[in-house]
Formats: sequence, structure tokens, C-alpha cells
Amino acid sequence: MSERAIIVVGGGLAGLMATIRICELGHPVKLFSYVPVKRSHSVTAQGGINASINVLGEGDSPQIHFEETIVGSDFLANQPPAKGMCDDAPNIVYLLDRMGVPFNRTPEGNLDFRGFGGTLYHRTAFAGATTGQQLMYALDEQVRRYEAEGLVEKFEYWSMQNILKDSEGRCRGIAALNMPTMEVVAFRAPAVVMAVGGPGLVFGRTTNSMINTGSAVIRAFKSGARFANPEFVQVHPTAIAGLDKRRLISESVRAEGGRVWTYKDGKKWYFFEEMYPAYGNLVPRDIASKVIHDIVVNQGLGPDGGRYVYLDVSHIDDDVLRRKLSGVLEIYEKFMGEDPYHNPMKVYPAVHYSMGGLWIDYNQMTSVPGLYAVGECDYEYHGANRLGANSLLSCIYAGRIVGAPAVEYASQELPDIADSALAEVVGREEQAFEEVFASDGEENAYLIQDEMGEMMDRDVTIVRENATLDKVAAKLEDLDAQAARIGLRDKGRRMNAEAIFARELRDRLLYAKMIVKAARAREESRGAHYKPTFPKRNDDEWLKTTLVDYSAEELKISYEPVDISLLPLRERRYDVKH
Amino acid sequence: MPKTVVLKIKRQAGPDERPHWEEFEIPYQERLNVLFCLQTIQRNPVNRLGKPTSAPVWDQSCLEEVCGACTMIVNNVVRQACTALVDDLEQPIVLEPLTKFPLIKDLMVDRKRFFDDLTKSKTWVSIDGTHALGAGPGCSQELQQLRYALARCMTCGCCLEVCPQYGLERPFVGAAVLAQVRLFNVHPTGAMQADERLEEMSKPGGITDCGNAQNCVRVCPKEIPLTESIAALGRQMVGYGLRKFFSKS
Repeated sequence: MSERAIIVVGGGLAGLMATIRICELGHPVKLFSYVPVKRSHSVTAQGGINASINVLGEGDSPQIHFEETIVGSDFLANQPPAKGMCDDAPNIVYLLDRMGVPFNRTPEGNLDFRGFGGTLYHRTAFAGATTGQQLMYALDEQVRRYEAEGLVEKFEYWSMQNILKDSEGRCRGIAALNMPTMEVVAFRAPAVVMAVGGPGLVFGRTTNSMINTGSAVIRAFKSGARFANPEFVQVHPTAIAGLDKRRLISESVRAEGGRVWTYKDGKKWYFFEEMYPAYGNLVPRDIASKVIHDIVVNQGLGPDGGRYVYLDVSHIDDDVLRRKLSGVLEIYEKFMGEDPYHNPMKVYPAVHYSMGGLWIDYNQMTSVPGLYAVGECDYEYHGANRLGANSLLSCIYAGRIVGAPAVEYASQELPDIADSALAEVVGREEQAFEEVFASDGEENAYLIQDEMGEMMDRDVTIVRENATLDKVAAKLEDLDAQAARIGLRDKGRRMNAEAIFARELRDRLLYAKMIVKAARAREESRGAHYKPTFPKRNDDEWLKTTLVDYSAEELKISYEPVDISLLPLRERRYDVKH
Repeated sequence: MPKTVVLKIKRQAGPDERPHWEEFEIPYQERLNVLFCLQTIQRNPVNRLGKPTSAPVWDQSCLEEVCGACTMIVNNVVRQACTALVDDLEQPIVLEPLTKFPLIKDLMVDRKRFFDDLTKSKTWVSIDGTHALGAGPGCSQELQQLRYALARCMTCGCCLEVCPQYGLERPFVGAAVLAQVRLFNVHPTGAMQADERLEEMSKPGGITDCGNAQNCVRVCPKEIPLTESIAALGRQMVGYGLRKFFSKS
């Protein structure tokens, strides 16, 4: 394939949709993925995808979807892109339907819709409780079709190591690691689209997949791509604890009638329903997680003093549960060994999603010309808190709109980038691996990872205190120093998972520092960022996007205004109807 | 004495290296799965003889049995390591890589051929484009339920591992791909290209290579109606054969 091909890094929903759009415009794509694309993290999304199609005649509209998205974001999302996304949502769901996604149906054969967090409308199209998987497969099939036509070349089990830049600072390709052979290769490209997902592993055990390493965006960040809003990290209210990870129990369980409760004064206490009569169990995630944390940690009201509350579907008809929720209830059954159809599930909040990411303009281009970002790794659309079922939408929407500008950008004539420039980047990456291979210190990268993850999860999620953040920042420096003294056990030059992990760990530590620094600086509470010392949203001083640049090995923070040109500011309330 | 878990793992540094067995002993915990046993070894890579070693390599991603990555052979049964709970397994827990795909290292194999066979089978809807063309075709709840059951295939390869007809040197595409052909042939728009898929599946490696051993359906972690789908596809194939015969005459 020619060097005309645009490179897409990441084969989840955003990367696949970008690939489809670029191919549709007649342009070839080289698609790089850490795993075979069908195994990307998007497959774990359960609940559904939002689109105001108003099948049930409730008077829903894209405008209402937009307003609820902005209120849900606590007004930190730029409004025009969010509006674009909500307006396009019906087209996106119809497109997926045409691709053959087995969405659940009404008796008439129309798409069925369920409720979801932060809304009172039935706006969420769904395929059982494995919607992400079904959307992934539909896009994978379409990419496969272009692959059969010769427009797509896949590089699976390859990991992006860095971007290539020319003397003008434009992105001109990538350096990537073929993980099975451990060979670093540089690829020229007229444009690069990063669709590398979120940084789950920064928080250790989360609802994310093991491939959500947070590494690739940090490589781009260190090469000059600006970051935005890293402090906004979504904690999902309902997940189950596991030794290896936390497993999501979808918001759709509550949307289908699941009720959350614990005991108080010996009686069942349906606290969401009491505190938020209008939205009940479907308050947005930032609020729901904060309430559960308060009830369990501060009030000590977890059942039997345990670190959980109950999520109960035992009052719902078995047949309905099987038709609409079997995918998620099966996860509970298989991993907890208990029957969730007839017993309340034990759930607790877990880190789930990053609202922040690479800064982009309204064409999805990062601060590095020629480098685009789409999906969870971009910062657009969700502000300080993402509404459920808006992530599948934003991934696909971003992939959809990046195609045309990326192809147009790629069509310009630029002077050739010299072979020596490629060799230099490859040499740098190879050298970094050689240093890891030569390491014979006493530290174990996986244990440092555990320490970082547990600390970030404990101290930098639902509740943030400046004094604690200062301690975390200091500890991260220590861990970084420790990570420089690891002893590599596997010296093999084939699929060296340990060497790859050790390098990614350094990236994650930098990601963690960035989150902590931005969280420390923001002296207010907004969406998922909650500081008891500054308990209120402060629009006068903090209605602004956090920007982070990396220069001279320092993290430099600055701010830019949020585009609030379409919807006036208002108080965010869920105890009454909007 | 605290309880421990003993694992016996097949190690192989690469496809051309000699395989060997290595045993590990790790502390027992409640709700321990095989996947976390492997993660535990990474944190202290010392084998049962007390000798420092490297941690085994395996494929993993979602850890909730929806991506298919961590498929391996656990005590002679092909399954995902994430849902293999230690409490349900006899010890030592014996771990081996899938045998029907090229080895990458230790417990990790390359299932590329599986994905290539999906491409060959044209299992997609040939949409006209991604621009706004309105809603898709209506669909009954019954058809949706059937298609959803088939669409949950995560390309893990359990069905291929146990199939006597499937192998590295043999052309048979296996049960999963055949079920995907059915998935698209029953879709209202997908059906418009049904004959193209049936033509592919009538070639060597297609449906006639199925030996009807029925092992596939017994190991599918998603309980996909694989043998029923092969039978349904067989019936479609009869119709296709007749159409082809009469269009020639």
C-alpha cells in the first residue's frame, strides 16, 4: 500500500468509524491496533447509544438531548460540537441499524428505546446488554469489506510508540512496535488519526480493559500534542469488585427498573428515590457515585458494614430481564457465582471513563497539525461528566466527522520527510527498549503499577482534598524513581509483555501526575471533580477548559474559555424536572 | 497452613522453540480466577522450585468474557481464563495454548486466519454509504432475538479448537463463520447478497467440510446455536443449488 494511506491508530468504535469514512472518500487507510480490532475495549459497553428518534412519542428531540448533555456536563462541554453530535445521533443509529446491528425491537418492528441516566426520555437504542459489542462488530464488518477491496491494511498486535514530526512541527506518520517480533518500524502518512481510548490502567482496577494503557496519548503529548481537562474522570456508580478488575453493571439495569438500596434503621432505604424524586435511580453518574460513596464511607451504611450497596432487579419479570439484560446479568452470575435474577447484586462505584483527553479543534485536529484524535482519547463532548449512552455516540460521531477534514488535509502536497528523520525516531524508541532490556534493578513494574493504581483510585476519584493531592503528587515522583530501577525478568526478544508494560508504566505515571496537577489547581466542584473544600460550581472563576502542555519535561497548565454560545448557564438539579 | 493454588503452564518462547512445562504456586483467595493467577505470577515470577523465571505471556483484554482474547486450554477444556474460577477447577490447574493457530509465545496464539475467513465469507451488509438514508428495514422481535444470539460470537475460537475438521493445514472455516453467514443471510438487506455468501461456502472449506461431530456447540461460551445454524445454512444451500441449476438451464 502506498504512503498515501492515512494512519488510524486504534480499532475501537471511533477508529473503525474513522476508517470507514476515510475509505468511503476513496482514501486508503493503514489501521494499527494493539489487539485484533474485534477485541477492542468498545466491546464492553453495555447499555446503549443515545438518539432522540422519539419512537415512543414522548416529544423528545435532538435539542432536548443536547440540553441534557450540556447540563449533564455541568456546562464544561463546548456547546457547538455537543449540538452537532446530538443532531446527528438519529442518523448514526439509523446507519448502525442499516449495517445490521440487532437492536431490540418494538412489537411493530421499530427500534426499541430505553431510559438512561440524566434524562426522563426513552432515548437509548440497545442490543440486549452488549450494545458496544454489537456496534463494534457492525463497524468491523464494514471495515472488513473495505479490507477485501484493498483499501484497508491492518496492523494488529502493533503498538504506536510515537508520532513522526517534520521540521515544521507537522505530524507525518508514526513509529510503531510489532509486539510479537519486538521490532520498531516507522510509517510515513499524510495524516494520523489517534483513536486509542482511555487511560483506565492509571487507576489500577477499573471497568476498563487491560489494553487501556494510557500510553499512546502520553507519547503524543510528550511530542507536543496539547491535553485538555485531564482531571475529569468518570466514576461509574455500579460495578462489582474483582481481584483482577471491576466489572461494570450497566446503567441500563436501573433504566429497566433496577432499584438501588441499603438498610437504614433496619429498613430498606431506596436512597436515590428519596433524595431525587424526579430522576430517582437514574441520576447522572457523578452524583450517583458521590451519594453511594457518602452512604458507605461517611455514614457506614453498607449492608453488614461492607463496601457495597444493593442493586435489585428481583421484582422484574424474568422474561424481560432475559430479553433486555441477560448479557450483563450473565457477567454477575459468572463472576460472583450468585443468581442476580432473584437476589440483589452487590455493587460499588469504579473508575470508568475519561472525559478529558487530547485537545482538538472542531475538526478533531490536535494542536499538532496533521494529527487528529477521536473517541475517548479526545476531550470534546462530555465536559465535566458524561451522560450514559453518550460515549458510543461520541466515538462514532467523532469518527464520522474526522474523515472529510483528514482526507482534505492529506491531499496537500508537502515536502518529503527524510529517511533519516524516520531512522532517528526508530532509533530513539529502540534505545528506550534497550535500556529496559538492560535493567537489572530490584523493582517489579507490576507492583509499582498496583501501588499507583490503588492510590489514584483511593485519593483522586470521587472526593479530592488538596492536602491529599499534594501527598499523591509526591508519591508519584517516588514511584517514577522506583520505576527507573526495575529488574526485567524476561529478556526474550519476542512478545515481551513485561518490557512493553514497563515502558507504558512510565507513561501512566506521567498521566497520573497530569491528572493530579490539574485536579489540585481547580478550586471548585464541577461534575466528576468534587472538592469538599470548594463544594460549589464556580462559573465566575472556573468555567474554563484546563489545558496542559509538556515542555522541558514540565507540565504547564493554562486555561481557555468554554464555548457556551448556545445554551445559557443554569443550576444543575435532578430532584425536580428540568 | 495457608491454602495455595498450583498451576502447571506450558511455556514456549516462540513457534520454533521447544515447549516445556513450568509449575507455579500462588496464594489462594476467594473468587480467584485463572486470569488473576497469571497476573499474580507477574508480580512475583518465581516458579514452584523457587527459581526466578519470567512470567508467562498470554492474550487478554476485557476480562469479562466479551472480547474473546484470553481463550486457552484450562485442564483440557477450551475456555476463557477470565471466567475460569479456581474454586471450580482441579489442581494442578494445567494451562496450554490453543493448538489450531500459530503460536506467538507461551499461551498466546495468532488467530488471524479466523478473522480472514470472516472476510472471505462476506459476512456484512453491503450498505450504500454512511450518509443519511433513513431507518433500516423493520424487524420482528423473533428475528432480532435469533440474530442477537448469533451476533454474540466473539471470535474466541473455542468451537474451532474442538472441531476435528478444523486445522492449520485444512481449509474448513469452522462453525463460527458458518453461523455468521446465517446471521447475514437472514437479515432483510443482508439477504440480498445471500447467494454470494452461499457460493463462497459451497467451495472447499465451506459447509460440506463439516463432519457433524457437534463438538462446537458444546464448548461455545455464548451458547450460540452453532449446529442448528449449520443445518439452517445447509437448507439455504439446497435452495441455492437449485437456483443455480435452473439459472444455467
